[in-house]
Amino acid sequence: MALTQAKLDATEARLAAMDAPAQGAGWLAQARGGAVARLREMGLPGRRDEYWKFTRPDSLIAPEAPRAAVFEIDEAPMFDEFDRLKLVFVDGVFDPDSSDDPSLAGVEIERLSDVADTDIHWARDLYGVLEARGQSPVARPLAALNTGYAKDGFLIRVTGRAERPISLIYRHETDSSDAILHHVVRLEEGAELTLLENGPAAARFNKVLEVDIADGARFNHIRAQGRDHERRAATHIFARLGAESVFKSFTMSVNGVMTRNECVIELTGDDAVAHVAGAAMGDGDFHHDDTVFVTHDAERCESRQVFKKVLRNGAVGVFQGKILVKDGAQKTDGYQISQSLLLDDDSQFLAKPELEIYADDVACSHGSTTGAIDADTLYYLRSRGVPEAEATDLLVLSFLAQAVEEIEDEALREAITARLDAWLARRRG
Amino acid sequence: MLEIKNLHVKLEDDDTVILKGVNLNLEPGKVHAIMGPNGSGKSTLSYVLSGRDGYEVTEGEAWLDGVNILDLEPEERAAAGLFLAFQYPVEIPGVSNMTFLRTAVNAQRKARGEEEMNSTEFLKLIRERAKTLDIDADMLKRPINVGFSGGEKKRNEILQMAMLEPRMCILDETDSGLDVDAMKLVAKGVNALRDPNRAFLVITHYQRLLDHIEPDVVHIMSDGRIIKTGGPELAIEVEKNGYADIKAEVA
Repeated sequence: MALTQAKLDATEARLAAMDAPAQGAGWLAQARGGAVARLREMGLPGRRDEYWKFTRPDSLIAPEAPRAAVFEIDEAPMFDEFDRLKLVFVDGVFDPDSSDDPSLAGVEIERLSDVADTDIHWARDLYGVLEARGQSPVARPLAALNTGYAKDGFLIRVTGRAERPISLIYRHETDSSDAILHHVVRLEEGAELTLLENGPAAARFNKVLEVDIADGARFNHIRAQGRDHERRAATHIFARLGAESVFKSFTMSVNGVMTRNECVIELTGDDAVAHVAGAAMGDGDFHHDDTVFVTHDAERCESRQVFKKVLRNGAVGVFQGKILVKDGAQKTDGYQISQSLLLDDDSQFLAKPELEIYADDVACSHGSTTGAIDADTLYYLRSRGVPEAEATDLLVLSFLAQAVEEIEDEALREAITARLDAWLARRRG
Repeated sequence: MLEIKNLHVKLEDDDTVILKGVNLNLEPGKVHAIMGPNGSGKSTLSYVLSGRDGYEVTEGEAWLDGVNILDLEPEERAAAGLFLAFQYPVEIPGVSNMTFLRTAVNAQRKARGEEEMNSTEFLKLIRERAKTLDIDADMLKRPINVGFSGGEKKRNEILQMAMLEPRMCILDETDSGLDVDAMKLVAKGVNALRDPNRAFLVITHYQRLLDHIEPDVVHIMSDGRIIKTGGPELAIEVEKNGYADIKAEVA
């Protein structure tokens, strides 16, 4: 399909503003070249695109990143209390001085910017490969842009059970930073890794995480998106699951004027389990979009999507979630729920749940609700002496709990709840 | 302690009048019981006193220690020392009983200008008070009332009462849905809180709760009014003869 002139112009304008990474004959240069070609074919997202009906892509594709002030806050950094391997990025560039030595038993860690001419066979088979697979049936141009232009990120291969989590920390220090990061994670058979991510990253952040999970491996992912008010982010996770493997991802988002988190999951081995969840709280000009696409292409797999958003003062929440069950993916168990709690009449939640099923012996369900604070419950709390604002916040936490409970690890679950609680308390003043 | 004067209440949304001039004087150290048939306005009285939305006070006052509580928000009434044990306690997933109680205790202390309780003090106190009610640590950690049996919910109400130490306690049909053993346990919890400085208003359909929480004064309510007041023997009379006789006698 030929692109419209407007789309062509927008795409070329964006590409003209990028400095291309070093070219060469190596595998990485080829992968990048392939991605740019893909991008030129599909064009950057436009407002008329069905997949961008609820979220205006303008600020995410503009040649220059809109500025975002750095938010100063007197609070211990997220995940500070956990024993983890810290890898710090400042405005999208790895900062070895602030980071731990990137070595961990059972794990190989390579920095993307160091590998251009090294033939890392496992990464060659994945970098941009899972992203490319995820371009069909729906185009994800910002991910192709990322593959083409990301200069930094990590290639992580897990061969055993990682003894502690790898923690990617994204600091934002410059108002105008425009960061692109691309990580690839490969979990070999039976391997296990917990990946933590936190921080605002940049004024505008484009991140891709490709995760390939071999048979029997487990991948846990907990993300806390930074709370700089004006930050913008378009992130993609592309996950491929082998037999009996497990993928669990949870994202907490508070603030940020524009966030689009896409998660593309492919269940390719029998008996695999994929859970993806999100808890978001937004105030005012907050716009938060969760777009999830789960493909069942094997038997007896389980997928679960649990997304909760609390919106006030005109904040907008979007959920686009799809479960595609391919022919032959019998005994699929697919579940999807998206719910919003609107604290006033100005806020809105737009949801598009979809099921597409080509197998005849499956159990799939989806639900979406939008509601307000329950008056009886609020009265119950107030009758115990809890003032209305505090009682409302307890009910906000109660509402988000179902998503937070998707986090397996109790300490991480509590850390996330404490953050949500602190954010609410600060807002109350 | 709590003096209710000529209280008239209607529903906010329509013209249904529920309370038609209730007068009650609840003294410290005393347990008053209100009995009455369904629809007589007993539960409404408890809701109106604690500040639930949906009702309109068209006339009357309710003075708690010199303040007309009908002018206050529900949380202010609680801080002033009023407590209602709900007939149907609300389930709140995702918030632990413990977190909730600590928030409530400290919110009330803050409202009264008192120092907040630290977590060590709080833990010690809640463990001690939970024990009396046969509430274990697991129940304290669980989300508020979620998956609790009828008896557990009511015991949880009494635990809240014990922790908040109100001066005026209203129990709305605390016996409903309880078997005898559960009721005894609840009654034991309530009796432990009887105190010369605390007043109780026990709302119930049946006399059986009053076997375990012995009232000083019994009122019969019918059609939005207190139609008869007497001693504990009045409850026994109701149990024997029903409300019809009393209504006939008063009419």
